[in-house]
Amino acid sequence: MITNVLIEEVVVNLLRQSVTRLPGDVKTALKKAYNNEKNPIGKTHLKVILENIEMAEKTSTPMCQDTGIISFYLEAGSKFRDLHKIEDVIRKAVRRATKEIPLRPNAVDPFTQKNTADNIGRHIPYIHWKILKGNFLKITAFPKGCGSENMCALRMMTPRDGLKSVKEFIIDRVIEAGGMPCPPTIIGVGIGGGSNIAMELAKQALLKPLDQMNPDERIARFERELCEDVNKTGIGPMGLGGDTTALAVKVEYAHRHPASYPVAVAFQCWAARRATAIIDEKGKIEYITNNL
Amino acid sequence: MKTIELKTPILEEVIRKLRVGDTIYYTGTLFTARDAAHKRILQHLQNGKKLPFSINGAPLYHCGPLVRQTSTGWTVIAAGPTTSMRMEAYEEDMIKNLGVRLIIGKGGMGEKTVRIMKEFGAVYGTFTGGAAVLASKYVKKVRDVQWLDLGVPEAIWVLEVEKFGPLIICIDSYGNNLYAKVQAEAENNKAKILENPSL
Ligand code: SF4
Repeated sequence: MITNVLIEEVVVNLLRQSVTRLPGDVKTALKKAYNNEKNPIGKTHLKVILENIEMAEKTSTPMCQDTGIISFYLEAGSKFRDLHKIEDVIRKAVRRATKEIPLRPNAVDPFTQKNTADNIGRHIPYIHWKILKGNFLKITAFPKGCGSENMCALRMMTPRDGLKSVKEFIIDRVIEAGGMPCPPTIIGVGIGGGSNIAMELAKQALLKPLDQMNPDERIARFERELCEDVNKTGIGPMGLGGDTTALAVKVEYAHRHPASYPVAVAFQCWAARRATAIIDEKGKIEYITNNL
Repeated sequence: MKTIELKTPILEEVIRKLRVGDTIYYTGTLFTARDAAHKRILQHLQNGKKLPFSINGAPLYHCGPLVRQTSTGWTVIAAGPTTSMRMEAYEEDMIKNLGVRLIIGKGGMGEKTVRIMKEFGAVYGTFTGGAAVLASKYVKKVRDVQWLDLGVPEAIWVLEVEKFGPLIICIDSYGNNLYAKVQAEAENNKAKILENPSL
């Protein structure tokens, strides 16, 4: 049977999994970067990162002290029970996870500068819904630290700028960001829609597994090209030079207004934490991110 | 590119021997401070108030640790560096007034800090960003914590560390800044990258 307690348990587990174990695809990409790195300082950084990941796993400790602002991406079947209660359950789970795992309290009132101490605040955790047909609940926990978040950028380009300007905008942001977003990063790009849509798409692009190619061959090619070009900057691990600046670039798009061409760039640090589970109508739970 | 071990107190003559690209391992006491703590330290100094902790040649670590309180005290669970650039506005005064000779953080610092490091004899070293579990392994003891009212990550943590590293020197006391160098090279590479006709 599905109860609020069960859902709460799943959310706490997802948060624990996400902050202590990186998804397999991210780990594989980091190992590959380490093997390919020729710059000795870059190589040292990648070695430290890999050791850190291993130790976090072994000791079930958060891999980075900045456990971030927490977002949840939910896909729910419209028949799933008590959908209106889920946000409260999630908030309760975040409060519990903050104490139990623990997570660093990261929700601060922008007017009083007071930290709520439990990662709960106005619009925080952020919850994104998609309602589909059926009877299930798919939950993705997506805690994201501020080092990379602070490098996110949006530009409202003009339609005549075109893809070359998109690329230039991305390369400029990568150079300007240097070591601040803890490279090697994953770069999410959102093109089109409006300002909010572009950034939301850039963020959602970060949730894509790195070993899954974009099904749209045109975009897959653009992603590969962007990734190669970002790596040609030589910014490298932690911004101190090297062959891998980004593990991947992922692009999402929406149709745009005829007179508008929004482009959003979202940075994700190497600590690309995400974990997904599906609860079916009978309450069977399947953890689907390969966090081992 | 040499590797050396450093201990408290950190003396200028030792710092002056370091160059960008060198690696150090640090043993001794260090104190953490992020934006809010920097602000309050400088306010204290301005008002002639005494700080509730002593610095005595210890390094300043840009870090907001994840800690757990137990019956016997505090345990550091994860303590990687935070983005140093947020502290750029304060560091000149910190170095001048507190005599800080080693700053540990991530992402590098700006012109003002590079200048004062050269003048005063201080360096900036980085520990790999996000490698927080590994960093916490080097923490042997929490000696003190002050200003918890700022919140756990923003408080000042006085920590005892052993062979903390590798810390890579990115800004030395001769005005060299490895981040700026890599960024300048990247700017040069950019022209070539954009020449390539896209799609
Ligand atoms: S950018 Fe990511 S890896 Fe770096 S400190 Fe922040 S959360 Fe940790």
